Amino acid sequence: MEPGRGSALDTILQLALNGLAVGCIYGLVALGFVLIYKATELVNFAQGDLLMLGAFVCYMFVVWYGVGYWTAFALAVGIVGAFGAVLDATLLRRVIGQPQFAVVMLTIGLGAMFRSFASLTWGSEIYTLPTPFSAKTTRLGGVTVSHEYVAIIVGTVALCALLYAFFTYSRVGVAMQAASQNQLAAYYMGIPVKRMFSLIWAISAGVAAIAGVLLAPVSLIDINLGFIGLKAFAAAVLGGFGSIPGALVGGVTIGLIELFSGAYLPLGVKDVAAYVVLLLVLAIRPQGMFGTVGRKKV
Amino acid sequence: MRFAFKTAYDQDLGLFRDPVQRRWYAGLLAAVLLLPLAVPDYVSDVSMVFIYGLCGLSLMVLAGYTGLVSLGHAAFLGIGAYAHVYFLQDLGLPWVVSVALAGVLAAAAGVLVGLPALRMTGVYLTIATLAFALIIQEVFTRWEHVTHGLKGRPVDKPVIFGVSLASDTAFYFLCLAVLIGGLWLTANVLRAPTGRAWVAIRDSEIAAQSMGVHLARYKTMAFAYSAGLMGAAGALFAHKVGFLAPDIFSILLSIQFLLMVVVGGLGSLHGALYGAVFVAMLPVLISQMRDTAPQWVGHLVGVLGKDAGAAAYLAVDRFVKQPGLEPGIFGLILVLFILFEPLGIYGRWRKVQLLLSTFPLYKRATFRRQKTYMRSERLR
Repeated sequence: MEPGRGSALDTILQLALNGLAVGCIYGLVALGFVLIYKATELVNFAQGDLLMLGAFVCYMFVVWYGVGYWTAFALAVGIVGAFGAVLDATLLRRVIGQPQFAVVMLTIGLGAMFRSFASLTWGSEIYTLPTPFSAKTTRLGGVTVSHEYVAIIVGTVALCALLYAFFTYSRVGVAMQAASQNQLAAYYMGIPVKRMFSLIWAISAGVAAIAGVLLAPVSLIDINLGFIGLKAFAAAVLGGFGSIPGALVGGVTIGLIELFSGAYLPLGVKDVAAYVVLLLVLAIRPQGMFGTVGRKKV
Repeated sequence: MRFAFKTAYDQDLGLFRDPVQRRWYAGLLAAVLLLPLAVPDYVSDVSMVFIYGLCGLSLMVLAGYTGLVSLGHAAFLGIGAYAHVYFLQDLGLPWVVSVALAGVLAAAAGVLVGLPALRMTGVYLTIATLAFALIIQEVFTRWEHVTHGLKGRPVDKPVIFGVSLASDTAFYFLCLAVLIGGLWLTANVLRAPTGRAWVAIRDSEIAAQSMGVHLARYKTMAFAYSAGLMGAAGALFAHKVGFLAPDIFSILLSIQFLLMVVVGGLGSLHGALYGAVFVAMLPVLISQMRDTAPQWVGHLVGVLGKDAGAAAYLAVDRFVKQPGLEPGIFGLILVLFILFEPLGIYGRWRKVQLLLSTFPLYKRATFRRQKTYMRSERLR
């Protein structure tokens, strides 16, 4: 092999690995958007802030109360998930049937409140979350594999498998699918649609919390962690806003584009690459990669 | 209840409903003209309200009348502000030309966003404008030749036709003049065929299309008009803040504009102004609350005992002095308005008006809104 060729390949592999990990986080947040959108046609602009809450709750248990990492992980996901269900039951349910604009504003307001709450409770400093796989790396050929990134990828794959099994094989999962596809028919079949929607909110918030805890060791925890939700929009739109595999593929694509544009394109492109892709997708193919084509019926 | 009996066709063309209404507006005009004499200390704050009023007007046309919700209007404000400063200070153009060019440039940017936006509906459009605003903010940071990047760019005081408007009072009248001009123009556009087409699009795109409204043309026009107005507001905004930096035009500012139109009341020009007053005055109220709330709570709890009062004073004092509180209060207000008064301050005012004018006969059902549960944005 010629000298230099191998290192270029290594760089590409390294970027691909890191991009994959970052993309998994985008994909998970986008998954949260899509689950809620499919079920209730609401778009949750506070999804990123739920991620931030998840990371902070886990941090609080680990660092303040000295709970083990895995217990804290489970507690964070449980607490944020339950919070999501309460949010749906008390606030979001009231705006179903109002213009979509109302929902957008409501969730933006909620997001601002979450950020404020986090800053009042945990302070506005920047924290690091100690984990079992912090700062450990393995060298594979010329590629440095950070265990945190591996944890993200493995976690995402496991979670997706779990969700897939849940929605396909469990009774509740199938009931949720039915409620998402046609509320009225599901209701006639005796499915408690309201409870299903609350449950979907819980799952969506829980997924956001998982993403938050996985992301925490890589990116530091602060109250602006939630702005990652904006990039996840790009992922969700790229995948077609109603498709679950689309959200994940979209997330990974955005992650890869971001990392590679950071390495090979001029300064500043990395920060806006996701948004440029988002605008291009919306302008050229608004239904995304996996979306269904259709015209609104009157 | 007062009915306007029409006896001449000219009455349909008038901007005001009847002489009573005209007199009220004349009184309001006199009040704002005399305001600098009455409260000279607040002139600077009130001119900020006027600029916010212009911004609210701009977003009201798009969100309130055309039904296109934009989360990227801070970008248009920024384009207007930077363009104005560039034309004025680097190219040395006269003030009026510079403002006009800034407006045109912002309108062109509006068309640029509006064109792909034609294929999107509802929340997609909101997300697209959000993405646009984030890209533009990055451009402000990187294009140092024009914007001076993160170092920021100082802005001179306005000089129009050789007359310096450096004093707060002079600038106040400039803002007032531009706001009245904007209001007059918008009120007229909205009752012309263009405005009616916009409202038709807001209420039902399909119905509007079937009635012969060219969706693409009118949506683009709404975007251009709104962005142009925002650009002009940006020029004034640049003079007002005196120093431009990219992080001023963040998504938080866009959210504040939306807060303005929602709190004021969607679909009314009054609402834009109420919202502007509200948003501009809220920080002042919050900072006052920061000073007085600990004392009040201290006195109240002090009834239980001196120590409890002192402890409560310290606790509340520590709570309200934290920096993260303000966005949370904005968010809370937004949530409360969406849940309990979706028609905003203007809607509440109309209800009070109706209650007073029809006193014993008022019924709540007059304003009850019909919810549409069965309408879906998806194909199904």
